[in-house]
Amino acid sequence: MQEMANVFFYGKKYSVPADLTIMAAMEYSGYRLVRGCGCRHGFCGACATIYRIKGQNELKTCLACQTQVQDGMYIATLPFFPADKRNYDMEEISPKQRVMMDLYPEIYSCIGCNACTKGCPQSLNVMQYIAYAQRGDFEKCAEESFDCIGCGICTSRCPAGISHPMVGTLARRLTGKYIAPKSEHLKNRVEEIHSGAFDELIEQIMEKPITEMKELYNNRDIEK
Amino acid sequence: MYTAEMLESIKKVEATRAQRLGVEPRRMTAEEKEELLKKFHPDYREDGFQEIKVGPNKGEKAPFELGTLLHSNSRILNVPIDLNKVDYDVDVLVIGGGGAGSSAAIEAHAAGANVMMVTKLRIGDANTMMAEGGIQAADKENDSPQRHYLDAFGGGHFAARPELLRRLVMEAPDAIQWLNDLGVMFDKDKDGRMITTHGGGTSRKRMHACKDYSGAEIMRVLRDEVWNRQIPVVDFTAAVELIKDDRGQAAGAVLQNMETGEYKVARAKTVIIATGGAGRLHYQNFPTSNHYGATADGLVMGYRAGAPLLYQDTIQYHPTGAAYPAQIFGALVTEKVRSVGAMLINVDGEAFMHPLETRDVAAASIIRECTERGKGIKTPMGYGVWLDTPLIEMLHGEGTIEKRIPAMLRMFLNYGIDMRKQPILVYPTLHYQNGGLEIGGDGFTKVIPNLLVAGEAVGGIHGRNRLMGNSLLDIIVFGRNAGKAAAARSKEIELGVMNLDHLQKYAEELENAGLHTGSVSPMLLPNYTFSMPR
Repeated sequence: MQEMANVFFYGKKYSVPADLTIMAAMEYSGYRLVRGCGCRHGFCGACATIYRIKGQNELKTCLACQTQVQDGMYIATLPFFPADKRNYDMEEISPKQRVMMDLYPEIYSCIGCNACTKGCPQSLNVMQYIAYAQRGDFEKCAEESFDCIGCGICTSRCPAGISHPMVGTLARRLTGKYIAPKSEHLKNRVEEIHSGAFDELIEQIMEKPITEMKELYNNRDIEK
Repeated sequence: MYTAEMLESIKKVEATRAQRLGVEPRRMTAEEKEELLKKFHPDYREDGFQEIKVGPNKGEKAPFELGTLLHSNSRILNVPIDLNKVDYDVDVLVIGGGGAGSSAAIEAHAAGANVMMVTKLRIGDANTMMAEGGIQAADKENDSPQRHYLDAFGGGHFAARPELLRRLVMEAPDAIQWLNDLGVMFDKDKDGRMITTHGGGTSRKRMHACKDYSGAEIMRVLRDEVWNRQIPVVDFTAAVELIKDDRGQAAGAVLQNMETGEYKVARAKTVIIATGGAGRLHYQNFPTSNHYGATADGLVMGYRAGAPLLYQDTIQYHPTGAAYPAQIFGALVTEKVRSVGAMLINVDGEAFMHPLETRDVAAASIIRECTERGKGIKTPMGYGVWLDTPLIEMLHGEGTIEKRIPAMLRMFLNYGIDMRKQPILVYPTLHYQNGGLEIGGDGFTKVIPNLLVAGEAVGGIHGRNRLMGNSLLDIIVFGRNAGKAAAARSKEIELGVMNLDHLQKYAEELENAGLHTGSVSPMLLPNYTFSMPR
């Protein structure tokens, strides 16, 4: 006999196999999802979900595709939350502390409640990365926020109205573009290709007959 | 969280670990690989395919489920759509909100075109977001574009279209530079050298990565750039059919709101199909690593309009999908896990193959281990083999897994499996559509003027198998190219009178062939209701 669990979607009770994820349990119950379902493997942040276990006070948050159902779960999905993204031109901005003040000044209104961190389904230290952003330490902010999938749970829990994933994105783009060391070998190779250094070589290999290509492929040396 | 049987087998894996450390298993010969593929690769299973009975590829075979969609009538065959009421009028219409579509939109916008994206879910709900391992480019001193070409051409069984593969490898370093300049955080050492590794079938370490969130990091940046540029993204709206004009040119698409059902007409001087893959068709009943919307819509729409497919009969099964626990069955376990040292091990603790053979060979080899050789590990869903992850930290030191493959660590920790201490169970999962719509080296389809295709919806870039890291690369290279080419072409276009005549014509062909599938296409989304979802 399959073990079943009683769960409540938007307050209505359903009996579902206990080994299903919340997302699969909704489908098992007959929901055909359009909102609140994206990659189904924990990378896209489409399926932010809030739940409470019957009889317990604590409100919990998770991704529906990555969380197994439990008996007595009261579940509400959060398929969209109005985060606030500011627009900027990456060529015009620079990694100075001022940029956060200009674009996301509300981060300085953080009251330190840590609800963002408690809500994060990726177990990121969200409040800490906002603190790094406040003091202009974009590299640390980028590192700390790197695994963010943008589900928006942090934003939904924030009394200061901060759109944390947007702040992390800005810090990461500043880091990738301006702060991380430049790759000389990449720059050189791009220049070589643009100058035509490989044109003849690529033509040569494209023109080889298949038998010769097979020979070359099967005997090519492989870097250790 | 493992069963007693699994724990017994883990003891055997542990017993051989020390002697396996640093010993590279032999690679298979060309003959061995060929024999293995013929016997065990799902592409060779006759019953997984059917003959296409209508359209430009009539007489060729397609995966059974794709064939059924190609043999189905349009969703809007008998729906009155007023093409004179144009809701959107643009230079470039991008169908699809993944990496290829976003790259195309950014470049078209940069070229001054009036561009719009339409996507049936949200921008970023795409296989790009889920690509973990990395992106190839020959940018190190010991490497070259022609070497990249040889690796990809051989790995794809010498079937790639040379003009497409040439573009892929020659524009690869440029693609990395472009992403870097947009602010993608690649893994680099303190001097700025890219940290690169091998993928299956590469002869040089040219896999660039952003931990194991490579695709997610790229997609987040592209999405942010689309938003910054304020390119219109019409989300939760599917393109359901292409519109042509009386000269046979692509002229736009009929759109449908996924929530309200309302139809809209988009007129466009150029159309870019960037609709991605087909994993959610669950070929041969495989689970999939793909996102919810991967249902081959672009292939179906393009085909109905007259664009031929290429290599639609070759599918990539990623060798390492999660085989256990059930909740993550079929989820991708990135090849990077093997790139950084994990080995494939059978129930008796034996390394039965080199961990970095190409994906088709690795998948077939795992299937052989679990079937003919009977050396798989039993799971509630079937069988799996071990991916011996604790080796990684023995090779590269403690903390490597958390630093290099944090998403994998997190995914298994969710279910009480710590891959730093215990191996994980894997089995092939439906991962990638090698084939797709045929394009020329310029990115345009050869038969429908002003129709372009980019990303996974293209056939022929990789041949009959794709190497790890060449897909993230192709979405950028061909996405950018499509955006630029469409923007340039749109300046010269005059559209004629729009029509949907091809829907009726196709219906007649189906009727003449006696085909009645009982369903309509494109599929748009899978239906998992009241079932045990996958």
